[in-house]
Amino acid sequence: MLEGLMIGLQTAINPFNLGMVVFGCVIGTFIGMLPGLGPMSIIAIMIPVAITLGDPTAALILLAGVYYGAIFGGSTSSILLNAPGVAGTVATAFDGYPMARKGQAGKALTIAAISSFVGGTIGAILLMVFAPMLSSVALLFHSAEYFALMVVGLSAIAAFAGTGQVGKAVMMTLLGLMMATVGEGALAAMPRFTAGILDLQSGFSFITLAMAMFALPEALFLVMNPMRAAQGSGGNQSGKIENLRITRAEARAIAPVIGRQSIQGFFIGVLPGAGATIASFLGYAVERNLATKEEQAEFGKGSIKGLAAPEAANNAACTGSFVPLLTLGIPGSGTTAILLGALLALNVTPGPRLMVDQPEVFWAVIISMYIGNLVLLVLNLPLIPYIAKILSIPRNYLIPFIFFFTLMGAYIGQNNATELLILVGFGVIATILRFADYPLAPLLIGFILGTMLEDNFSRSMQLYQGLGFILERPMTLGLLVLAAILVVLPTYRAARARSRAKGVADGD
Amino acid sequence: MKLTRRVMMTAAAAMVAFSGTAQADGHQMLDELHFLIPGGAGGGWDGTARGTGEALTEAGLVGTASYENMSGGGGGVAIAHMIENAESLGTTMMVNSTPIVIRSLTGVFPQSFRDLTLVAGTIGDYAAFVVPADSEIADMPGLIAAYQTDATSFAVGGGSVPGGLDHLVAAMVMQAAGEDPTGFNYIPYDAGGAAMAALLSGEIQALSTGFSEAVVLADQGEVRILGVTAPARIEGSDAPTMGEQGIDVEFVNWRGFFAAPGLDDDTVAAMRGALAAMYETEEWEAVRARNGWVNIHNEGDDFQTFLENQEQVIGDLMRTLGFL
Repeated sequence: MLEGLMIGLQTAINPFNLGMVVFGCVIGTFIGMLPGLGPMSIIAIMIPVAITLGDPTAALILLAGVYYGAIFGGSTSSILLNAPGVAGTVATAFDGYPMARKGQAGKALTIAAISSFVGGTIGAILLMVFAPMLSSVALLFHSAEYFALMVVGLSAIAAFAGTGQVGKAVMMTLLGLMMATVGEGALAAMPRFTAGILDLQSGFSFITLAMAMFALPEALFLVMNPMRAAQGSGGNQSGKIENLRITRAEARAIAPVIGRQSIQGFFIGVLPGAGATIASFLGYAVERNLATKEEQAEFGKGSIKGLAAPEAANNAACTGSFVPLLTLGIPGSGTTAILLGALLALNVTPGPRLMVDQPEVFWAVIISMYIGNLVLLVLNLPLIPYIAKILSIPRNYLIPFIFFFTLMGAYIGQNNATELLILVGFGVIATILRFADYPLAPLLIGFILGTMLEDNFSRSMQLYQGLGFILERPMTLGLLVLAAILVVLPTYRAARARSRAKGVADGD
Repeated sequence: MKLTRRVMMTAAAAMVAFSGTAQADGHQMLDELHFLIPGGAGGGWDGTARGTGEALTEAGLVGTASYENMSGGGGGVAIAHMIENAESLGTTMMVNSTPIVIRSLTGVFPQSFRDLTLVAGTIGDYAAFVVPADSEIADMPGLIAAYQTDATSFAVGGGSVPGGLDHLVAAMVMQAAGEDPTGFNYIPYDAGGAAMAALLSGEIQALSTGFSEAVVLADQGEVRILGVTAPARIEGSDAPTMGEQGIDVEFVNWRGFFAAPGLDDDTVAAMRGALAAMYETEEWEAVRARNGWVNIHNEGDDFQTFLENQEQVIGDLMRTLGFL
């Protein structure tokens, strides 16, 4: 292994290849900030460029830089504008955006950058050491377990079921799950709930809903609330944006979170049917449950733990998704599917023989992923104050910019004008819901997980001719019990705390 | 010095890739060509259009190529666009494949290939039945025997919805083997990769998939290809055909190009000419080899006959399966 490591290092650390990493990271970060252009589309755009390089290692290094850059860029728009461009960064917006609103945009970006870096680094180390052994882990889960895993992921909504909000959060989740059923499901050739509209045939698109639920209501709120806008709570007067410092106490608080989520995220990423989105939601849910009561109240309102968890998990999972790709030749996500295409085009066939036949490529990929992470950190930390400055743009310029940004995000991936109508329609509904104090995040979580939940559930039903799989497969049962605990425990703890407080009051 | 030159070359290559322009020389057949892609960036249609455009421009057969992704309605939005705006689409070719036949049969969209000008079918991929390398099933008769022994616990997976491509091929094979095409348990996955993972994890016993997807894993020793729906063994592969195992099935998932209805004959002829001449070029060979495509050239009336025949076969099967 050490030998391979050296080969990889030698290949990756030549000036040309390092230049490719930097080039890839910069391109990835800046295009990745645009919603609607996630890692998948950016890599698809960059593949012809990478192929013209001719050398598979240089090409892969370039693409790895683009990949990590795009993920980081996506986090940036989530934090600054509440505009998550890909499903994997939705959880980043939960606490990242509230932090930015409190004038801590710089700090939020720094935490995101460091969490991503650590997540990616731990992921790369795990990949390096365990990749060959992990191919069997990747095949551990059947549809039944994926179904149960999605249920665990749904438990993340508990974070939004604050005092008196449980009913509202459940309603929004159900609405999200219902919206996920629109269109032609993976399991039936028949269109459902499309009202005969051709554009709904393939269902609502994630990016349109994300913009409608998160970014658009924010911008509309700013318009309707000129007082708040005038105050510029983004903090241009307060000057806090430049303050990137993380205090020692904060570092101590997030270190274990990042560590845990890097490992958990990596292993979820290894599963071909799960990926970065599930990892980020699960990371968020788990860390919220592990946090103390005071910290729990912070989640969703700008908790640094709530930001660090999904960021670390997301990046580690992206690295983990290379396990099935490199060791089995199976793409576990849309992005790795594109990368598989690029690898094949470069005459690199991923699979169990890759480590034997082309060890230099295998190691170069891993090393370049690590270097990509490092370069991204070095490149972005000094840039963060400037990126965060976006929020100091006067509101009357910033708001039109956000509107343009969201509309473009919904249009760019699909080139379909109907998306704009859907975006505006749902944006208005979402704004009304926000006025009525309904949490919108559960809707998006339900929508994202809904399709996978349904597909895996129906597949399991079909394979086991009924619900037998829940009892016959111990791991499924275990995961479902875990989900129940994650939902019931906080409610129980809250109820007990309330009754105790009441008892104390009565007793005295 | 060397570094800067390489970087410059990369940048130049990037410019070419983004704008899709290239120098034209003597044998140019069309000034410009606009590719309409009915799905998003990175899909199979997208790769076919961009690869074809790349070969055509770099070989100098076409001056400039541009691309437009228009997803929605399983391709229906793009087809409607071609028909509604036919008069202004004189230089546009839409890429499509077997699903245009399937989806117009099921009525996903009201139009069919008959409403468009058929340019040519250019490439294709045969279908294959695959089992894990450590499976006890050695060949197609073995697979049928395993299915007959225990039909309820024998699941065949695929990367398409029931009634979609992978399911139809599986049903076609079962029917040709003398089994009830509606009898077996078909488990759908939303992508080929997910279906392959399910096969290796033991969730399903066999997989119906594209040959190009299967051959990569077969070469790595992970899976065994039991049968291919090609008329003869594919060059460079020792996978047996369905025919040589007594299962009389041939099927190809084609990809090809369509133009707007009513397009003038000269332009159509130029489009066909450019595509036909493309097969002889090195640029096309590079693109084709890189993507593992099989050249299957059908143009004009041949393309029409081929599509009508495929529509007939698929339509009959879908009626048997109860999808129509």
